[in-house]
Amino acid sequence: MSTLLEVNGLETRFYTQEGVVRAVNGISYHVDRGETLAIVGESGCGKSVGVLSLLRLIPQPPGRITGGEVLFGTNGDRRDLLQISEDEIRQVRGNRIGMIFQDPMTSLNPIRTIGYQVSETLMLHHHLGKAAARKRSAELLELVGIPQAAARLDDYPHQFSGGMRQRVMIAIGLSCNPALLIADEPTTALDVTIQAQITDLVKRLRDEIGMAIIWITHDLGIVAGLAHRVIVMYAGYIVEEGRVKDLYREPRHPYTIGLLESLPRLDEGRNKRLNSIEGFPPDLVNMPQGCPFAPRCRFKVDRCEHENPKLETAAPSHNVACWVDVTVHQPRETTPTGVR
Amino acid sequence: MNADYVQDLLVEVRGLKMWFPIRRGVLQRRVGDVRAVDGVDFDIYRGETLGLVGESGCGKSTTGRALLQLYRPTEGSIKFGGRDLVKLPSEEMRRMRRQMQIIFQDPYASLNPRMTVGSIVGEPLEVHNIGSRAERLERVAELLGVVGLNPSFVSRYPHEFSGGQRQRIGIARALAVNPSFIVCDEPISALDVSIQAQVINLLEDLQATFGLTYLFIAHDLSVVRHIADRIAVMYLGKIMELAGRDELYRNPMHPYSQALLSAVPIPDPYIEEKRQRIILEGDVPSPADPPKGCHFCTRCPRVMDICVAQEPEFRDYGGGHHVACWLHP
Repeated sequence: MSTLLEVNGLETRFYTQEGVVRAVNGISYHVDRGETLAIVGESGCGKSVGVLSLLRLIPQPPGRITGGEVLFGTNGDRRDLLQISEDEIRQVRGNRIGMIFQDPMTSLNPIRTIGYQVSETLMLHHHLGKAAARKRSAELLELVGIPQAAARLDDYPHQFSGGMRQRVMIAIGLSCNPALLIADEPTTALDVTIQAQITDLVKRLRDEIGMAIIWITHDLGIVAGLAHRVIVMYAGYIVEEGRVKDLYREPRHPYTIGLLESLPRLDEGRNKRLNSIEGFPPDLVNMPQGCPFAPRCRFKVDRCEHENPKLETAAPSHNVACWVDVTVHQPRETTPTGVR
Repeated sequence: MNADYVQDLLVEVRGLKMWFPIRRGVLQRRVGDVRAVDGVDFDIYRGETLGLVGESGCGKSTTGRALLQLYRPTEGSIKFGGRDLVKLPSEEMRRMRRQMQIIFQDPYASLNPRMTVGSIVGEPLEVHNIGSRAERLERVAELLGVVGLNPSFVSRYPHEFSGGQRQRIGIARALAVNPSFIVCDEPISALDVSIQAQVINLLEDLQATFGLTYLFIAHDLSVVRHIADRIAVMYLGKIMELAGRDELYRNPMHPYSQALLSAVPIPDPYIEEKRQRIILEGDVPSPADPPKGCHFCTRCPRVMDICVAQEPEFRDYGGGHHVACWLHP
């Protein structure tokens, strides 16, 4: 598969009164054509800021992208999205890269009809006339499973339920046949049965249209059935990256291990105690000097306090940023020994 | 489930209805009702955790609040330790509240930002006139220790704490008056994944230490499976199914429970690959105008003629497995 998006050393800072918030700290990754990449992490880990930075959607000031490059496109037509002009990036947003945001309640304009909001993108990017855009909008709404779509074009967002609004958002995100769809926690605000409808829909559309997806979420459950590859972020760093099956079967970063162990599982019969990660994430203004996870880490060695490990290959297609090789000492309760 | 509590009934709810009037026009005439809770029966035994699950708007939080008489129920009875709370005069109800407390979902909205942690946790003691000032201070420090916070935090304000810590403050407040029963209304939904496990473990420890009884309200079935002894599944103001935890997961009898269980993702790509989902069509109908027969009939994949016409009875199929469904007449 060919690479569609390549992010190198992306760094985003927010300059606030409290100090410099180091939201994204030099992250690098790629997305192949047709591939679904999940970015997983807790609130404040930089997962949303990271992808908003790709499209330069960070409010500036206080935010600033302070480093890195974002190469988008295939071979001949490859450009750094951080370098192109404002006009050019507007041609990419919503057109080559579609977006769905977390909250369908606030992402739609309450005083514009659904039909208008779907047509808008089509008229802007594909230069469709009003009638043609309206016809295409109805098709798109049909595609995302809105019953009697044509009859609902003149309805307003408040006349739609949460799940239906998220479908409208998806229709807008897909309207220009994007090569890449960025979905920022698209199912977080929805109930489980509606969440299942939406993930099912996105998977089906992905396979039909063949677009790549970056799916941002804090829910490791959803990722398991959806993504090809997973990135785990903590305090603005990528701490682990791997194919979904490798990452769940053999997580290599103590944070990923902690996350998976702390999840209550539906298929787990016994009422055993959950393994929680003690403490809480660091303050992004005053980051610890070494590894940001060190204060909460049960595998910690001396080196972790002083030096922040880089993301390195630990196994084929499996990268981890950790001074300790957690796989060599089973069971995991023993003192870590395998320091690289 | 253990057999110890079977005899010891703490809460007995029968035919509970909580309707909220819809008023229109200048005269504010009542034009209809939102039937948030539309006739539910269930029991809670001393020392157990009853999980109450369902999607947003199904009436699970309203049920919890009606139990504590934060709303006056439209109909039905709620017996707590044998006394019907609905009939209790308000002064006596106030005294009853020492035994029943609540932990709210949103740790950001449920703590007064202008009060110190000490006065938040000590307020229930003050309200119920428990102890002298010095004794209260001592009790507050003790409570903070119990929920895993540093007792020296008493003079800090809520904004100085993270979400997980705030939820601990809310838990300390609920524990202040030594209640026997706590309604936990989605206590971990607003927290980050790594913090959720901390709070679940804390709630379990407190239950073991103080012999607490919980009504644990949640939309996340994985969490409820972990913490609850028995589980009630709600849909549009009705309890559709109620059974022991393992029984419900092994043998869900109601099509809604089956769909709900199949919709919950399992964090394992190998399992997810093979899983068959029951995808429900459409949305939950409005509680102001629920379907005439079974409330689930508009979305049920196995709907029959009788389901649309007549409401099924909530029946015991043995071993405490209750279902309201015409597939099991």
